[in-house]
Amino acid sequence: MNSSSQPFAAPEAPALLLAKQAAKVSMIGSRAFLLEAPGEFDLAAQRRIWALCNTLQASSEIEELVPGMTNLLVVLKATPYEPDEFAQRLHAAWAVAEEIGRAGRLIEIPTCYGGEPAIDLPAICDYSGLSAAEVIRRHHSATYTVFTVASAPGFGYLGGLDPAIYMPRKKVPSLNMAKGLVTIGGLQSGVAVLTGPNGWNALGAAQMPMFDPYAEVPATLAPGDTVRFLPERIEL
Amino acid sequence: MIEIIASGPLNTVQDLGRLGYRNIGVATAGAMDTVALRVGNLLLGNPASSAGIEIQTFAFKVRFTRTLAIALTGADCNARLDGRPLLPWWACTVQAGQELELNFPRQGARGYLCVSGGIDVPLLMGSRSTSLRGNFGGLEGRTLAAGDALACVDTPLPALPAGGIGVTPPSAALPEHFPIDSDGTLLLRAIPGGEYHLFQADAERFWAQSWKISPQSNRTGYRLSGPAIQPETAVEMRSYGLVPGIVQVPPAGEPIIQMSDANTAGGYPKIAGVIEVDLWRLGQAPIGSKIRLVKADTRDAIRAEQALDAYLGDVGRLIAPLARA
Repeated sequence: MNSSSQPFAAPEAPALLLAKQAAKVSMIGSRAFLLEAPGEFDLAAQRRIWALCNTLQASSEIEELVPGMTNLLVVLKATPYEPDEFAQRLHAAWAVAEEIGRAGRLIEIPTCYGGEPAIDLPAICDYSGLSAAEVIRRHHSATYTVFTVASAPGFGYLGGLDPAIYMPRKKVPSLNMAKGLVTIGGLQSGVAVLTGPNGWNALGAAQMPMFDPYAEVPATLAPGDTVRFLPERIEL
Repeated sequence: MIEIIASGPLNTVQDLGRLGYRNIGVATAGAMDTVALRVGNLLLGNPASSAGIEIQTFAFKVRFTRTLAIALTGADCNARLDGRPLLPWWACTVQAGQELELNFPRQGARGYLCVSGGIDVPLLMGSRSTSLRGNFGGLEGRTLAAGDALACVDTPLPALPAGGIGVTPPSAALPEHFPIDSDGTLLLRAIPGGEYHLFQADAERFWAQSWKISPQSNRTGYRLSGPAIQPETAVEMRSYGLVPGIVQVPPAGEPIIQMSDANTAGGYPKIAGVIEVDLWRLGQAPIGSKIRLVKADTRDAIRAEQALDAYLGDVGRLIAPLARA
């Protein structure tokens, strides 16, 4: 994505080219809008989503902002009479959103790799052509960023996976995967927060609690946090 | 106190939902038919945020351990108080020792039992709703079972008339705003979603054909069965935040409508979104019943919202003199 070239290109650029760079805005029901960033799925796009989120935070007509993976769900307090007008305002806010970093914390997650919980480690080895030791090394050598917390209470989508250990999600989710499993889903990693069906691939397990509804801040991870997995034990 | 004597497997304590935590992955939960819960609380003079019991599996039987006022709304569950029939959409006073029984509904899917003061379970992240997926909220984060005892918030009893008081259900009071097809098919208004255009040839059929609510339907979502619809090209979407009412189409081509316990994020293409003001009606659509989706816009939604607000206002005015008595 090359957003910085847009202001220069704007006066003469063919409409089609500009349209390609614009975000996509659509409605979900009567008072929610989804803005999807154009271009690559990368940290730069996510940083612009965070910036947009910050800009919109102050708006009195907005009830809830839910950042996803390079997209943002905006839930209004009331059903808009002119939804197109609001969509235009979202486009305008996106156009001026600059990448921002988030003053995230460093969260270190002690992890036991391999062994019984690592039910998908052989499949990851097959897919990548790497040894189990190498898959694990690459997983804990990387520095991850929490892109968003979504899907299940406290579940952080972690970007920054080494592409060499990319592993597609399962077509049919495994039933009853345990809470705490350290998993890979596509180019992302994450720690399962619930025991149940799960389509991601497990290569280890962590004890750190990710969600406590009684805590003042219920979710351990927040968007923009940096995550590292600390190999506590490696069982091969 | 309310003692649960018998309960089907999936009955829970619910309020209007846990709002504002989707950004940490927490579903709103909350009543599937929020209008029924609202009316129940209104009839008792409770705050709108009070929790009640959502009953969707039967039989359900409770014993009251002290004098209370109760309201029954939502599906007509052939209720009996000490064996004597109670009308649906009705509020009355009950005495210590009396037993209330609710049975499989003649119409609708979910009954609501509200009590004066509301069900007293801890307020957790702004709500008393049961989050079944996260195992928190409501009563110990779980469904109700025989032997459970639920406390009620201590509050003065509303001065209900001796025989009780009832209201016309919203579906009967507002048929022109919440229409049903001549063959009984529930008509639900929906606004086209982000991937609507990808369904080109099948989009017309999405609106035209009726869909049956499949047995794989619950508080999380309704799976619709009918001739499949497919996008012209397969789409791979990045995980996005969603709200109840979203109509997604998984690869098999049978749509799913996410409901109160929906995941906060998803990745299937979204063909449409049911307008929020129609969701309470979907919450009352039983498994096996038929629905049809009707293309709408936000102006249609606003008109229906205004009609519903006026109805709730009328219920409030009916009850206001009793609270002062």
